[in-house]
Amino acid sequence: MATLPDNRPVDLTRPGYSTPVIAPGYNLEQVTAKIANVILTTKIKLGWFGVFIIAFGIMNLLLGAVGYLFVKGTGIWGINIPVGWGFAIVNFVWWIGIGHAGTLISAILLLLKQSWRTSINRFAEAMTLFAVACAGLFPLIHTGRPWLAAYWLFPYPNTMKVWPQFRSPLIWDVFAVSTYAIVSLLFWYTGLIPDVAALRDRAKNPIAKLFYGILSMGWRGSARHWHRYETAYLLLAGLSTPLVLSVHTVVSWDFAVSVVPGWHATIFPPYFVAGAIYSGFAMVLTLAIPIREAFNMKDFITDRHLNNMAKVMLGTGMIVAYGYATEAFFGWYSANKFEFFMIQNRMFGPYGPMYWFLILCNIAIPQSLWFKKVRSNVPVLFLISLVVNVGMWLERFVIVITSLHRDFLPSSWGMYHPTKWDWMTFFGTMGLFMTLFFLFIRVLPMIAIFEMRTLLPQAKVKH
Amino acid sequence: MAQDSENDLVRIQTTKKDLGLTAEHAREKLSGARGPQYWRSLQELTEDPEFDAMMEREFPRHASEWTDPVSRRGFLKLMSASMALAGLSACTKQPFEPIVPYVQQPEELIPGKPIYFATARPTPNGAYPLLVRSHEFRPVKIEGNPDHPASKSIPQGSYPAELRWGVTDAQSQASVLDLYNPERSQNVTFRGDTRTWGTFVGAIRDAFGAERGRGGAGLRILTDTVTSPTLAAQIKSVLQANPQAKWYQWDAMNRDNARTGAKLAFGQYVDAQYRLAEADVVVSLDADFLSGSHFPGFLAMSRDFISKRKLDLAGGEGEAAKMNRLYVIESQASTTGGKADDRLPMRACDVEQFAGALANALGVGGSNGTVKDDHAKTFLNALVKDLQATRGRSVIIPGEQQSPTVHALAAAMNSTLGNAGKTVLYTEPVEIVPTEQAAGLKELVADMNAGKVTLLVMIGVNPVFDAPSDLKFADAFEKVALRAHVGIYHDETSRLSHWHVPMTHYLESWSDTRAYDGTVSIVQPLIEPLYNGRSAHEVVAVFSENPGVTAYDAVQSYWKAQNKGATFEPFWNRALHDGFMPNTASPARPASARPAASALAPVNDELEIVFRPDPTIHDGRYINNGWLQELSKPITKLTWDNAAIMSFNTAKQLGVKDEDVVTLELNGAKVDAPVLVVPGHPDKTITAHYGYGRTTVGSVGTGTGFNAFLLRTAERSNYAAGVKVTAKSGERWRLALTQHHHLIETKKWKEDVVGSSQVGNEAASRDLVRSATFEEWRRTPGFANEGEHQAPSRDLTLYGEDGYKSWVDDPAKNAAHQWGMAIDMNSCIGCNACVVACQSENNIPVVGKEQVLAGREMLWLRIDTYFTTPNTNDVSNPRAFFQPIPCMQCENAPCEPVCPVGATVHSPEGLNNMVYNRCVGTRYCSNNCPYKVRRFNFLLFADFDTESYKSRNNPDVTVRSRGVMEKCTYCVQRITSARIHAEKETRKVRDGEIVTACQQTCPTDAITFGDITDKNSRVTRMKSNERNYTLLAELNTRPRTSYVAEIRNPNPEIAVTPEDHGHTS
Amino acid sequence: MAQFFPHSANAYARTSMVLVGVLLAGLGLMGDRLQRSPYVTNQGIRPEQPVPFSHQHHVSGLGIDCRYCHTSVETSSFAGIPPTKTCMNCHSQIWTNAPILEPVRASYRNDKSLVWTRVHDLPDYVYFSHEIHVNKGVGCKTCHGPIDEMPLTYQHASLQMEWCLECHRDTASVLRPREQVFNMRYQEPAPGTPVVFEGQKYTKQMDLGHAIQKAYGIRKAFELQSCETCHR
Repeated sequence: MATLPDNRPVDLTRPGYSTPVIAPGYNLEQVTAKIANVILTTKIKLGWFGVFIIAFGIMNLLLGAVGYLFVKGTGIWGINIPVGWGFAIVNFVWWIGIGHAGTLISAILLLLKQSWRTSINRFAEAMTLFAVACAGLFPLIHTGRPWLAAYWLFPYPNTMKVWPQFRSPLIWDVFAVSTYAIVSLLFWYTGLIPDVAALRDRAKNPIAKLFYGILSMGWRGSARHWHRYETAYLLLAGLSTPLVLSVHTVVSWDFAVSVVPGWHATIFPPYFVAGAIYSGFAMVLTLAIPIREAFNMKDFITDRHLNNMAKVMLGTGMIVAYGYATEAFFGWYSANKFEFFMIQNRMFGPYGPMYWFLILCNIAIPQSLWFKKVRSNVPVLFLISLVVNVGMWLERFVIVITSLHRDFLPSSWGMYHPTKWDWMTFFGTMGLFMTLFFLFIRVLPMIAIFEMRTLLPQAKVKH
Repeated sequence: MAQDSENDLVRIQTTKKDLGLTAEHAREKLSGARGPQYWRSLQELTEDPEFDAMMEREFPRHASEWTDPVSRRGFLKLMSASMALAGLSACTKQPFEPIVPYVQQPEELIPGKPIYFATARPTPNGAYPLLVRSHEFRPVKIEGNPDHPASKSIPQGSYPAELRWGVTDAQSQASVLDLYNPERSQNVTFRGDTRTWGTFVGAIRDAFGAERGRGGAGLRILTDTVTSPTLAAQIKSVLQANPQAKWYQWDAMNRDNARTGAKLAFGQYVDAQYRLAEADVVVSLDADFLSGSHFPGFLAMSRDFISKRKLDLAGGEGEAAKMNRLYVIESQASTTGGKADDRLPMRACDVEQFAGALANALGVGGSNGTVKDDHAKTFLNALVKDLQATRGRSVIIPGEQQSPTVHALAAAMNSTLGNAGKTVLYTEPVEIVPTEQAAGLKELVADMNAGKVTLLVMIGVNPVFDAPSDLKFADAFEKVALRAHVGIYHDETSRLSHWHVPMTHYLESWSDTRAYDGTVSIVQPLIEPLYNGRSAHEVVAVFSENPGVTAYDAVQSYWKAQNKGATFEPFWNRALHDGFMPNTASPARPASARPAASALAPVNDELEIVFRPDPTIHDGRYINNGWLQELSKPITKLTWDNAAIMSFNTAKQLGVKDEDVVTLELNGAKVDAPVLVVPGHPDKTITAHYGYGRTTVGSVGTGTGFNAFLLRTAERSNYAAGVKVTAKSGERWRLALTQHHHLIETKKWKEDVVGSSQVGNEAASRDLVRSATFEEWRRTPGFANEGEHQAPSRDLTLYGEDGYKSWVDDPAKNAAHQWGMAIDMNSCIGCNACVVACQSENNIPVVGKEQVLAGREMLWLRIDTYFTTPNTNDVSNPRAFFQPIPCMQCENAPCEPVCPVGATVHSPEGLNNMVYNRCVGTRYCSNNCPYKVRRFNFLLFADFDTESYKSRNNPDVTVRSRGVMEKCTYCVQRITSARIHAEKETRKVRDGEIVTACQQTCPTDAITFGDITDKNSRVTRMKSNERNYTLLAELNTRPRTSYVAEIRNPNPEIAVTPEDHGHTS
Repeated sequence: MAQFFPHSANAYARTSMVLVGVLLAGLGLMGDRLQRSPYVTNQGIRPEQPVPFSHQHHVSGLGIDCRYCHTSVETSSFAGIPPTKTCMNCHSQIWTNAPILEPVRASYRNDKSLVWTRVHDLPDYVYFSHEIHVNKGVGCKTCHGPIDEMPLTYQHASLQMEWCLECHRDTASVLRPREQVFNMRYQEPAPGTPVVFEGQKYTKQMDLGHAIQKAYGIRKAFELQSCETCHR
């Protein structure tokens, strides 16, 4: 017999009882307090500091690696001819993929009226932004002459009377990613305004007051504000919904448009988008589970959330599996010498083990999510989410490297061996990501306060 | 990035200016500089090539600090990178640059226009006649002399007479780099301290004066093989004045065997000159005459040999077509063997036996040899039949490294077959004074040990490094009172000598020399000695009555003496202009060979080691040449190293694999070497190329390869049995190969496993190389375009007709010319000359072993080599195919649409332009290039720091910086200049007016370039050939570069495998 | 709810938004102007020279032909900069001890080159050929401007890629008869002052241009703007 905060008994064994998206027994004030206090509390947890310092340290690896890169050139990496793209592109696609869940959760699930999204959308969006920031880094630094790429890629009237080449998917990429970043930022910020206002009102510290005051842009919560707010939020949701699909579709074109066996495939767009959402949700879980522990948010991020996300992962995971199957099938069915060799080489070539490991991570292990036991077992869920993150990174590695290293002319076959600078850059971006994320949970409400409040029975208008 | 011709004016000044730079001068120059000025001032300072020299003089150890190529290049790169970043601040702003005119402009010079000078590169095997392109008096590009019998190309078909060109070899192409090498020795030294030429002359003449009394008894002169009439005459006169003095010649790769063999056969020294244009059957007894300049008369032989395989030129297509047949019996895997119609790999010692058996079967007297296995027997019988049938039209060529007996037998067989005087002529040797050099060197060492030698002068030799190990030259050397060494570089010998005198490069000084056929060329300098070198003539003159005589006087006076009368001036000028003296070729001697009496060497069954000169760096003399170091050796594709080359089976028996380190032990001497398994190499024998593993050498040569000379003795200098091989467990020696063959074990049908090349098999199954036997081709001339790998039909498109609108079809985009290239696989002998020519013409940087290992070599033109054996895949005796791969210049180029900044775009003439200054380096184009012909500057590969190398650069081609993609452009600079020339006359460019660098240098005229819209152009005729095909046609890239399928002419009675008919796909 | 900001803050917020927009636009415009400004292009700047050589004096004043000093302009990519010898041809006779010419005499005496500052300096990856331009009817003046009126030489055009392309994409607008290339006083055809080309009178530049294009076989725009024309 469990009891609620207000000591009312509740029978969880009652048939038909499903874990709610917010534990019962909270009133409006309590919700606000619980979330806001994480930020406004004067004493900062030592744990937070510890982790933040580590993350910050790792981020400095990135600075070091990129600094050296600018001095010496891309030759410090493992790339070569024939493998012209290495970690940089792998990481780019991986991060962009991760950056998908956020907008999906907030936009698409909002439009689908999935009330359970509310408690996770905020930091999912934040995750999106930071992931996109990490991803956005790579296309620039992977070029041989970034200082030129930075501005030659944008169409503007210049003294050379030449334009970028709009047939190149890399150009489409520039626009797709930057658009996505901007819209996600707006979406996230719009969602923040009412909560920031709430923080402004609760903040004691004048500096905090000023800070949140500016951010809240004079939000007074009047009916007019709310009305406009709702409209704007809905519009942005509508706007970003197609983006969720478009961004990774365009990213997949970076490969699909080429002639390289293993890249040149029509399956790529859907298969990439699914993969993106897959890895995105995996990352959300990877973040949500520790956070709800650390800040004891179990009542807001309930098992039901984890359960639902696990289901989404299972679904998208199956689509990805279908993608792999299709690739293999067409390798054989196309009766194309190069396609067939590619898939053989991918499975049994020098990089074969990585392929099978990714199958293990992305297909085999996640199958366990069919069982409610697994979905409701938080530690296992956490592990699986990690496994999927690894798996999705491997997928990108396999696609990029194994397709390139043995293509048409056997005379030009080669191998790719990442250098320490590749690894530093990769881990460095993780540091950057974590740093930003920890700053976020420290200064902004990680859960949408007002949206949580709407979930409460008190919020429901009675007729 | 590039220097345009204006900037070059600056350099003419510096190169022509005399030494005036001191450390004080430098310091004051520097002290004047402040802040941002600093870098540029230092650069201006180093503008003087003398600056390096000055640094040398100031800090003698300065050079050695940077001997490690990696750290040195690393430092330089870092420096330049930082500058690049500094420059970043002012993105587009141009700083003011100085422009420096002449005070008095030379008459012949038109600034910005190159001038050509005829000269010749002397080698021990005879000179290579050259035409050297000079920009503002800087020799920049080596070409062959179009008029010289030794270097003129195959008759150019429909080409007008004025459009002939000359051909060269890889070493000649690369020799221009040595000229500018800042690590050449730069001043006279005594025990390492700098002296002047004057003091040297003084010291030597004092020592010499003492000898004079005793008729120069203590004087010894040791030289390279001398092919210079003047030098020989000078030395002879010295010897006449000092009867007791002695002169020896030494070359590690000497021709003693040929000489001894000639003595055996004819009782006199003769050179055999093969007229392969007359031969229908060519038999090589371990003679590697197609793979480069280390075989005497390489250019002419390969040219003549291939001229009989150009099915369109020689006798025309169809029924009339005729084709010669090449049998190769060889003890290694060489390009000659690769081109063979029938090849029989065997150990070197067995070749002698085979020769004996062959001679016996041909009814030549002398002892019979034993031929072991059945395949060899069938081979022998078929060969004999063929030779009997083609008396007077066949020729047997003994290998330079084969025993005197083989040479004698070959001579005997040739006369028995009536080839003497027809397909082979015997003339006086190319060197002025032919000797048996090993014997001579032995004598010298004996004299030195006996203390008879008081003054030893060595010119252009490095005996301490390359003398036979059993002579212990270095020890004897120490016993000589006064040792003087004259050489281009400081080397092992100069280190142990008292005096060292920097020697002039052949582009720096006057001399004369003889080509392999005896034709005399005047060696004409193109530039003042860069590093105050002295020529051999000046050095020898020190021992004459007038020590001050210059090389020019020496040469001219010699030839004045040769042809008396007033006609000298015109004669001399003509010789200079033409690059040779007409009708000076050595006449054929009526010589009939006696059957060799000497018994054959007994056969043994031990593991054998074969010593060969390195295909690229020769006997070590080119080890400081980055181009040759990075040039992947034919067949092995190895760069920057030599290796213990062995067959798949031998490696299996020894239990070693590629890159394992093994200790080779031969009668006491030991050396560690990396293993390299090579398809087609005979079993139970190991090939070791000598020339590597040098100890006193420049930064380029440092730490490359192992020293095979340590195992080489005077007696068994070419091959030796009984080598012990012990694997050093755990040790690896990374070998930088530019192409791997992925040798794997595969099950032969119902038989044991055999080595098979995964790459070769894939290449065959992908129809990359297409070939047929002569008979097959007769039956189905269109074989090359049968099979699945064809271009899709033009209406297979979503975009309607426009979908395939190519640059040719679309009138709106149709320029006057459409460039294309056809490469004749039948003619390519994989000699690498084109690769170096391309590197030299297009300022392609050297990246170093580490970068090659990382897969970042920069060469625009590569020669893919595939080993295939139809059906069995057994690589123990495969067919080799050489496929030069430049940019295909696709009409539907996959690289173009993917570049985000449009840095690679199509030109209206069908070129696939690469705009370096627009490139941001996404490398997508390279990923999307099916032919992987694009090269990327991953780091700052181009040398922006070594001033002398800057002067070497071709001013018409941009020097690419870091982060930029580059590739073959069909030599667009040559196209442009030819077009400008034609446009000035308001006419179209004529066929043959544009010759790409690779085409120009190709000894066998395998590459044809021209306008494919011109129905009469040679390239159009090549492409209209039924054997013409394009690579990966099914991708519909529609390449402008196409290939003409190879035809082999194997003897039907010898089949490598029963199925060995039908093309390899 | 308590408000932290006064109501007026809204106004500030709105204006600041507008201002940001304006500011960005302004920066863009400035950058655009800057990269075309003389500061970047050196257009119209007279760099300091060892000797204040006056084209005005030598060309208009003395009527010396361009080719007397720039000897290789018709035969090479490089127009040629006169060696000291060329100066001394005359100045060994006249102005023999003008102090202003001392550097020239010194150079000749000590056999040390004069070091001029380049006025027209293209980036090193641009391969410009005087040869073809002057042979196809592009006048000196077309690029170098009124050089005959320059007491001190300056760069007339911006020499930026867009400037090159203007002509390469529309050659007819600048071409003149070959024999007029070195004529500094040449006037474009106008109703009043026609230009005679191959016996034909032309009063419009475009007509003349097209006629010359035909006569000289000038390549079409799509060829002349192909990258390899200038970059290799």
